[in-house]
Amino acid sequence: MTPPRVVILAWGNPSRGDDALGPEFLRRAETNLTLPRDGFAFVTDFQLQPEHATDLDGRELALFVDASSVLASPIAFTELKPQRDATFTTHGMSPAAVLATFGAAFGREPPPGFQLAISGVGFELGAPMSEEAGRHLDAALALFARLAATPSAAAWRQLAQSV
Amino acid sequence: MPFELETAVQPAGLRRVAIDPVSRVEGHGKVTILLDADDRVHQVRLHIVEFRGFEKFAQGRPFWELPVMVQRLCGICPVSHHLAAAKALDMIVGATRLTPTAEKIRRLMHYGQILQSHALHFFHLASPDLLFGFDSDVAKRNIVAVAAEYPDIARKGVLLRKFGQEVIRLTAGKRIHGTGAIPGGVNKALTRGERDALREDVYTMIGWSREAVTLVKRLHFANVSLYNSFGAFRSNLMSLVADDGALDFYHGALRARDAAGKLIFDHVDYRRYWEQITEEVKPWSYMKFPYLRALGPQTGWYKVGPLVRVQNCDHIPTPLADAARREFVDFGGGMPIHATLAYHWARMIEMLFAAEEIKALLHDEDLLGGDLVVTGERQRRGIGVIEAPRGTLIHHYRINADDQVMRANLIVSTTHNNQALNEAIRQVAKRYLDGRKLTEGLLNHIEVAIRAFDPCLSCATHALGQMPLAVELVDADGTCLDQLQRDGDGNVSQPGRA
Repeated sequence: MTPPRVVILAWGNPSRGDDALGPEFLRRAETNLTLPRDGFAFVTDFQLQPEHATDLDGRELALFVDASSVLASPIAFTELKPQRDATFTTHGMSPAAVLATFGAAFGREPPPGFQLAISGVGFELGAPMSEEAGRHLDAALALFARLAATPSAAAWRQLAQSV
Repeated sequence: MPFELETAVQPAGLRRVAIDPVSRVEGHGKVTILLDADDRVHQVRLHIVEFRGFEKFAQGRPFWELPVMVQRLCGICPVSHHLAAAKALDMIVGATRLTPTAEKIRRLMHYGQILQSHALHFFHLASPDLLFGFDSDVAKRNIVAVAAEYPDIARKGVLLRKFGQEVIRLTAGKRIHGTGAIPGGVNKALTRGERDALREDVYTMIGWSREAVTLVKRLHFANVSLYNSFGAFRSNLMSLVADDGALDFYHGALRARDAAGKLIFDHVDYRRYWEQITEEVKPWSYMKFPYLRALGPQTGWYKVGPLVRVQNCDHIPTPLADAARREFVDFGGGMPIHATLAYHWARMIEMLFAAEEIKALLHDEDLLGGDLVVTGERQRRGIGVIEAPRGTLIHHYRINADDQVMRANLIVSTTHNNQALNEAIRQVAKRYLDGRKLTEGLLNHIEVAIRAFDPCLSCATHALGQMPLAVELVDADGTCLDQLQRDGDGNVSQPGRA
């Protein structure tokens, strides 16, 4: 069976305020999807780790979705380049590093990867998602509807330049 | 009374070096080093903002929510919290002895967790330091660089972790937020098809784990003087051991030894852990400092985790790992090994044990059984203790008549290792701090010491855009004299310098 062409990886801790943006995005994107489901794979986790490189295998496109604590705009959509991380802990890695890990572990180029960052404002344990983050999530889902309708690297690059 | 280099006698006039990883919104760590005018180290402290708020968060919740809820403590070892909570709730529902199927499914889940966590630690975090050297270019010290020069090692690391995650998915029901362990048992066994699929790969995992032991041993012997002395300190040791003294990550009794290996206590029922262990609060740290009551806070602190476990047990119940353990113990020449970098060697022995134990479980028909849950006389207090990847993990709950959590007390591995981490960093700072400027070399060496323990950072948020590491040089008046910052891409910048 051919794996879905597009994989969407979204992560965060649902118990920590706006860090829930990633998992909540994934839940709603999957629920709202009106397109044929066999073209999309949805993966969620607490944080990105090396084995997520295996979720990229056989895909034509990868979308990484996470909350951002530093974004100046409600959302940002950018293309990623494989890049190494430097870290002192096992507690998470960047989307660019997951792409790089794929290339290193599988010996071939990873699929084109794009990042959808959603601005969050509060990350306290037990706090609900903020209203502001909720509005940002709506904007992210609206953008995803456009991305899902045109699942090609060329179309996404064009969108990345215009968003 | 403070430890050597914990608190300066006369802090006025000293400069402060702050190493501040802010890779988390909540949990983060910081190292502060106070120097005198002659640049001698006067004070070294590791601060980890342990998030104890979770204990408050749990209050008032129905107890049966705990095994799922506590997984949000940590995205790295959620299964350990899941199982420690489930063990505590076994007590509450009066399940004094689980069914064979339930216990073996839980064990399989836990050994899958140990395997994947240790693989992540070694291949992703530690191997770049060990393969390229502590002073190598920071751009090299990551798994991608390992993959470029040692592609086979990187690929095996990713696939070992993937296998462990698959064991967890099949036993816990889901890749994350699993629900497999419930009070008194489990909610599913393995199907024959699931078991057979895991069996197909487990022999490869054992082979790769053996290779990892060989690799880490080779690296240790290649620079034995450095590996034996780097961040080394003597301390007491504590872990769970099985009734027969065997290494056991899932269940057992508490055993502690002194730095020379002499037993302090043995076969202590963990349900009364507080009779042996208590915690000290220090004004400069958010995280408590546990110690053995009998010895007091000054000499009763201890370390936990792989380095302890493989030496505290009498044997490992699988042949390949036990042979590796014996070689490790022989290397110590009859005395416990206290080298911080030996944590890596011990961790790979444990990974091999986990792989062998998974194989043994996958050949046990009980995994396919249908008798999943037992209950008994309801209790108000539940205590679950487990050996998590980083060390002993204690969950302790009290509930009321309405089945709500009234009190929760969690002592995580990193809390047990609090004093030990401080000691390791003090040793490194004393040896490698040189001059009045912050150097990337010092930063690297402190990171190497921290990585050996891989402290739990109170999971956690990991929003995009956060900086992994920053260093500040501050004088006694709070004036910032120098800064060193490591960005997410590994580049080091010096925003405070012209």
